[in-house]
Amino acid sequence: MNGREQYVAFKAILVKEVLRFARIWIQTLLPPMVTTALYFVIFGRLIGSQVGDVNGFRYMEYIVPGLILMAVITNSYANVVSSFYSSKFQHNIEEMLVAPVPNYLILLGFIGGGLARGLAVGVAVTGVALFFTPIPLHNLWVACSVLVLTSVLFSLAGFINGVYAKSFDDISLIPTFVLTPLTYLGGVFYSVAMLPTFWQSVSLANPILYMVDAFRYGLLGVSDVSLATAYAAVVGFVAGLFGFALHLLNRGYGVRA
Amino acid sequence: MIPALSLRNLTKVYKNGVTALHGIDLEVAPGDFFALLGPNGAGKSTTIGIVSSLVNKTSGTVRVFGHDIDTGLAAAKACIGLVPQEFNFNIFEPVVEVVVNQAGYYGIPRRLAFERAERYLTQLGLWERRHDQARMLSGGMKRRLMIARALVHEPRLLILDEPTAGVDIEIRHSMWSFLSQINAAGTTIILTTHYLEEAERLCRNIAIIDHGRIIENTGMRQLLNRMNSHTLVLDLVNPLDAVPELPGFIASRVDDHILEVEVSRDVNINMLFTALSARGIEVGSLRNKTNRLEELFIRLVGNKEDAA
Ligand SMILES: Nc1ncnc2c1ncn2[C@@H]1O[C@H](COP(=O)(O)OP(=O)(O)OP(=O)(O)O)[C@@H](O)[C@H]1O
Ligand SMILES: [Mg+2]
Repeated sequence: MNGREQYVAFKAILVKEVLRFARIWIQTLLPPMVTTALYFVIFGRLIGSQVGDVNGFRYMEYIVPGLILMAVITNSYANVVSSFYSSKFQHNIEEMLVAPVPNYLILLGFIGGGLARGLAVGVAVTGVALFFTPIPLHNLWVACSVLVLTSVLFSLAGFINGVYAKSFDDISLIPTFVLTPLTYLGGVFYSVAMLPTFWQSVSLANPILYMVDAFRYGLLGVSDVSLATAYAAVVGFVAGLFGFALHLLNRGYGVRA
Repeated sequence: MIPALSLRNLTKVYKNGVTALHGIDLEVAPGDFFALLGPNGAGKSTTIGIVSSLVNKTSGTVRVFGHDIDTGLAAAKACIGLVPQEFNFNIFEPVVEVVVNQAGYYGIPRRLAFERAERYLTQLGLWERRHDQARMLSGGMKRRLMIARALVHEPRLLILDEPTAGVDIEIRHSMWSFLSQINAAGTTIILTTHYLEEAERLCRNIAIIDHGRIIENTGMRQLLNRMNSHTLVLDLVNPLDAVPELPGFIASRVDDHILEVEVSRDVNINMLFTALSARGIEVGSLRNKTNRLEELFIRLVGNKEDAA
């Protein structure tokens, strides 16, 4: 395929992916807004008022970045894992496999879909948050780049989960038992500095901590870990997962008998 | 002339150890209307799957219009339009999007894709249903949707894996004339089907595959000429209580009103009627027991079964 044809093919996959989640927005865009509103009411308003300031911010403000990022992570992941798995389940992935579109574009198309849903949810959740508290913006570039990289990273992770999944159970296993715990323990609701030294070092093994922290730096300007470490970790993970996902696709793992 | 499809010593062993193809060789000329026949589990879909790169081959070579799938996969894919045996579109997508998206994966710009989608969906009688989700179509309509989808990039080789399964007679006939037109316009077609009348009517060349081996590969006419006898079924006007003596024919009684007679190719049917008249047997109507190809097919595949 020449460059123009590749562009057309990529756009076709991306548009299809975006339409897929947009068509079922009640399942894809609305729930994170409702959940986030609940978090703000319960943790921000009711409990937060008893907690006092964290790193110089009201508790409500302190948890905003983490809540936004949590929604982005969950939704990017969910979008790609369910889209890829269902296209495998219904066999419509074959529509792409029989066509001359290169595998890296198939991968980019699915990642693009996850990114689009991640960002759409990110914006929606930010809108909800603004009802509860003003949100400062310390560094736009850091905030945006961390948001995009995180979304891409978890879209890739969702893709890999979708490739390995053999049943609908398999697509909820990782989100429930790995993703959710790591997110909750990734400093969304607290500063790691509040933990005992031992648990601080354990927390540093959690990649989500770096993203939450970097994103919080982008909005609030406060952080627990170094920004460079955070970027290095995220970019490293994105590159590694991309290579691995492409390898699986080239081998036809789970899609070609 | 470069063949539309050339398979050399193609084998497939599935992960569960099933050997679906034991080294098959096959050549399909450009412009041909080719039948790939065989009983359930013979390896037809496996062969088609490998050609369309949905199944990894174990060994052997596949060339599509000269493009080897090991070295020129994208070029080979661009030549092929596939109508698979199982429905494989997203059932929640509107009909027109199924076709337009497929065009996109071949790099066809959206505007052109819409024009072609309109043309093929109209020809296949689905344009009125274009905004319906694909799941709302009937089984026969879903098959036609897959045909429209396979044609949207105007492939040189159209491969149809049982396209008429579950399609009513009227639609089947219109599909036949549609496929004949496409073929007459230059598209090479490979068809699998269990309706042998369909293969006999449409196809010029034929391969029969059984247990992963090609057991017959020849012209349709040559194959049919090879039949040295066929069976006629006679509906009798008056009941008959014993098998009559008909010199030169092998007759058997199905019930008291039906007689089956095997007629060899070099015998004139008039002789049969002379013999029947001589015995005062009146024949109300007459038909072939099965379609000719069907009779041959059963013998070919059946013999193989006995040998195995
Ligand atoms: N994914 C698979 N894994 C393991 N074995 C398979 C797979 N697909 C097909 N087979 C086996 O390979 C053999 C050939 O199957 P194939 O689907 O090619 O037959 P077919 O000629 O298309 O039959 P039908 O007329 O029933 O469609 C069968 O024994 C089948 O069970
Ligand atoms: Mg089959």
